[in-house]
Order: sequence, then structure tokens, then C-alpha cells
Amino acid sequence: MSAGAALSPGRSGRGGAPAAGAAPAAAPADRPAPLPLWREVALVAAKDLRIERRSRVTTGQVLPFALVVVVLFAFALDPDRGLLARAAPGLFWVAVLLAGLPAVNRSVGVELAPGVRDQLALTRLDPSGLFVGKVLAVVVELAALQAVLGPAMVVLYDVRPGGAAVLAAAGVPATVAVAAAGTLYAGLAAGTRVRETLLPLLVLPVTSPVLLAATRAWEDALARAPGDAWGWVAMLWVAAVTYLAAGMLAFGAVWEDGT
Amino acid sequence: MTATTGTGRLFSVRVEAALGAAAAAAFGALAVLGLAVAPPDAVQGDAQRIMYLHVPTAWVAYLAFGVTALASGLYLWPRTRAVAWDRLAGASAEIGVLCTGLTLALGSLWGRPIWGVWWAWDARLITTAVLFFLYLGYLALRRVLGPTEAGARRAAVAALVAFVDVPIVHFSVEWWRTLHQRATVFTPDLSPSIEGVMALTLWVGVLAFTLGYLALVALRYRIAGLEAARDAAALERAIAARVAAAAAAGGTVEPAGVPAP
Repeated sequence: MSAGAALSPGRSGRGGAPAAGAAPAAAPADRPAPLPLWREVALVAAKDLRIERRSRVTTGQVLPFALVVVVLFAFALDPDRGLLARAAPGLFWVAVLLAGLPAVNRSVGVELAPGVRDQLALTRLDPSGLFVGKVLAVVVELAALQAVLGPAMVVLYDVRPGGAAVLAAAGVPATVAVAAAGTLYAGLAAGTRVRETLLPLLVLPVTSPVLLAATRAWEDALARAPGDAWGWVAMLWVAAVTYLAAGMLAFGAVWEDGT
Repeated sequence: MTATTGTGRLFSVRVEAALGAAAAAAFGALAVLGLAVAPPDAVQGDAQRIMYLHVPTAWVAYLAFGVTALASGLYLWPRTRAVAWDRLAGASAEIGVLCTGLTLALGSLWGRPIWGVWWAWDARLITTAVLFFLYLGYLALRRVLGPTEAGARRAAVAALVAFVDVPIVHFSVEWWRTLHQRATVFTPDLSPSIEGVMALTLWVGVLAFTLGYLALVALRYRIAGLEAARDAAALERAIAARVAAAAAAGGTVEPAGVPAP
């Protein structure tokens, strides 16, 4: 990216050559000011959700997959012994983790079509904005999935719902953490021929503390003992902020190499 | 040979040889001390001798992952970016995964006679197992990214994310097991303070494994350099063959489509 030499770090060069003989130093003058980060985030998230609305991969493939997992858990743990209701918080988050893998895979996959990277580079989007935008879209998709998965488990596993405040307080950072870690690793594995098979090995160990903390918090919420849950909620926020910050710092180094 | 393809060494040939010899001698001393000189433990009997391997492998695992994180950070830092840091990170992580696996296997062998089970859901065990998988994933990623500049950058990011994740794993697991299961089999009484020849044996073990780590990392580092040099030479040969073929066919000497090295 020779044209990018004069640009600030973290930005891709703009390919179009100005009038003949124009010095590279004059190029920044005719360039529009970069958008604020939140605008870039909103643009990328809206784009991803528009693609999702048209392709219906989450509603048509990822959500049914998560529901199949919920039914399979009932096969594995005999429904008559009350195990399902007791294990429901953990099973819920395992299902979300498993469904999150194809979701982030898809999210990064749409950027890997021929030419898309070049076009993205021409937009001069901040890699941090690109990352957070993609995470936000995955969070929205996973939240929609959870809105179906939760009631399904209440019905199928005979769970007594309760403690909505704690469920939400733990569920939001847990979903953000899963989406952020997943998107970062999907970006790291992007462009390799084994992305789909490598991604579970990369994402699941990293998100294992999220599964643990979200499960304990939800158990406490369903047991009507929310006092114990707030420590786990705090831990989930630490994880979510850590993965988000890591992705915002690193996505430029991960994404802009054109491989 | 250029810096990017050179068959670089981590240490000089002499230091490398001395490290290997010292490691071999220390392992010999450890075998004699651990198997013959040190007395069997009053409580645990001969099974306690596994500790002379288990503790050093755990130490080297942490050392190796620390070196990987440090080298990855130095690679990402623009002022210190050098292919040497990437190779060191990869070499160290391989030894780290090996030692983490050994720690888990040896701990399991020790747990069977002492705890009565191969595996206990103890905080330290779970953290070590997650660590094992974290860096196994890192090595798998390194493998598919290949030794390019972009690949090295991504590998460095992955190593740092894994490193940052370790405290989160540690605290969540620690918290979980202490909150829900107060008295585990891993009580302090079971590991009494050690002294005398047993402590000496343990320290010799730590020394032996540290020297072994250095020798193996130096070896792995050199192999990585040789692999890069081999790949560069193969590419140059392929280009020369294409150019020669084009010239023989009467075409242009610089055929289109040959990638720039």
C-alpha cells in the first residue's frame, strides 16, 4: 500500500490517484474527515444485519442448530431425573457458545468474498470500528437467538424462570464477550483454508471462563439467590471489556494485511 | 543470507553444545537423586518421586508461555519487530505445550495412588488443562498461518490474547471451586513442607528442566530458521526454472505471473 505511506497508522491507503503530478503530501487535503467511531460501528453493524436480514442465515440455520442442541441435551441427560432443569443454565450457555461459532464464522466470512477487502480498505474504515461493528451485529444475532432459546428451555426442561435482572445483567456481558472473542479469533484465522475447523479450538478455550461465570450467575438467579451472582457479573464484564479492548487494539494488525 | 531467511541461532554453537551437555548431566543427576538417593516420602511413599518431574515441568510451562508472550509483544512493538521474536515465540510455545501436557500426565499418575482418582476437578488442574488447550490452539493457528510477516503478526496477537486470558481463567476457576467445594482433596496437609535431600532433588529437577528448555528452544529456533531458508531457496529455484523455461520457449525472460519473492 504505497499510497498509504502518508496516512496515519491504522488506516488503509486510498487507491485513486489524484491529478497528474500531485504530490503525495497534497493528497490528504481533498479527503473527507474520518467518521466518528460510533458512526463507523453503526454503519458496519447495520450492514451486517442487513446482510443477515436478506440471507437469513441466523434465523434459518444457526437458530435451528441451537434448538437441535437443546433437544440433544434432553437425550443425553434423562428428562425424568430433573437433571435438565438443574443443568439448564449451563446447557443454555453451551448452546449459545456452540451457536456463536457459526455466527462469527459467517460474520467474518462475508468479508472474505473476492474484492470485499479492497472495497473495505477504500472506505478507510477504522479497524477498531469495523471490529466493534461486527461484534455488535453478532451480539444482536445472538440476543435474538437467546430470546428463542430461553423460552424453549423453560418449556422443554421445565425450568422455573426468575431473577430477570440478574439474568440480563449477566447475559449482556457474556454475549458481548463471546461475540468479541469469537470475532477476534475468526479474524485471526480469516483467509486460511481451515478457518471453520480451527475456530472451535481457538474460541472455546478462551471463552471457557465466560461459560463458567455466566452459568454460575444464572444458577444463582434461578435459585433466587442473586446476592452470589454479582461477583460473577463483575467477572463477565471484565472478560467482555478485555476481549473488546484486545480486539479494538489488535484488529488493525489482524485485518489489514490483505491475505 | 539475509536476516529474514538466515539460519540464525539463538546462542552460539559453543553455548548451544554446553547447554545440551549441562542439561544431560543435570537430568542424569536428577535420575540418581530422585530414584536412589532421596528417601521415599513418609506419607506418599514412592509416588512422591513423581513430584521431582511434575513441579519442574509445571515451572517450565509457565516460563515458556511467559517467554512466548514477551517475544510476541516485542514482535508487535514496531521498534523491536524482528523475525527472531516470532521464531522464539513459536519455539517456546511448543516446549510450553509439551511441558503442560507432561505436567497433566504426571499429575494424573501421581493422583491415582495418592488421591485415588486420575483426575480431580481442582482449580489448579482445570486452569492447567485450559492453558494446554489455549496454547494448542495457538500452535495450530501458527501452523496454518505460515512464516509470513502477516502470519507472524496474527500469531503474536493470538499469543497475547491467550496470555491475557490466563488470569481470567485462573480467577474464575479458583473462585468457582472455592465457592462451591470448600474441602477438596488438595488440602495443605497433603503437601508438607520438604527439606534436605528431597528439596535438593527438587531444585536439581528445576535446574535440569530449565536447561533442557533452553537447549530445546535453541534447537527449535534453529530449525525454524533452516525451514525458512529452505522455503526461500525452493522459491528461488522455482522462479529460476520458470524463467529458464520461458527463455527456452522463446518468450520474454520475465514471464508474467511469477510472484515477487
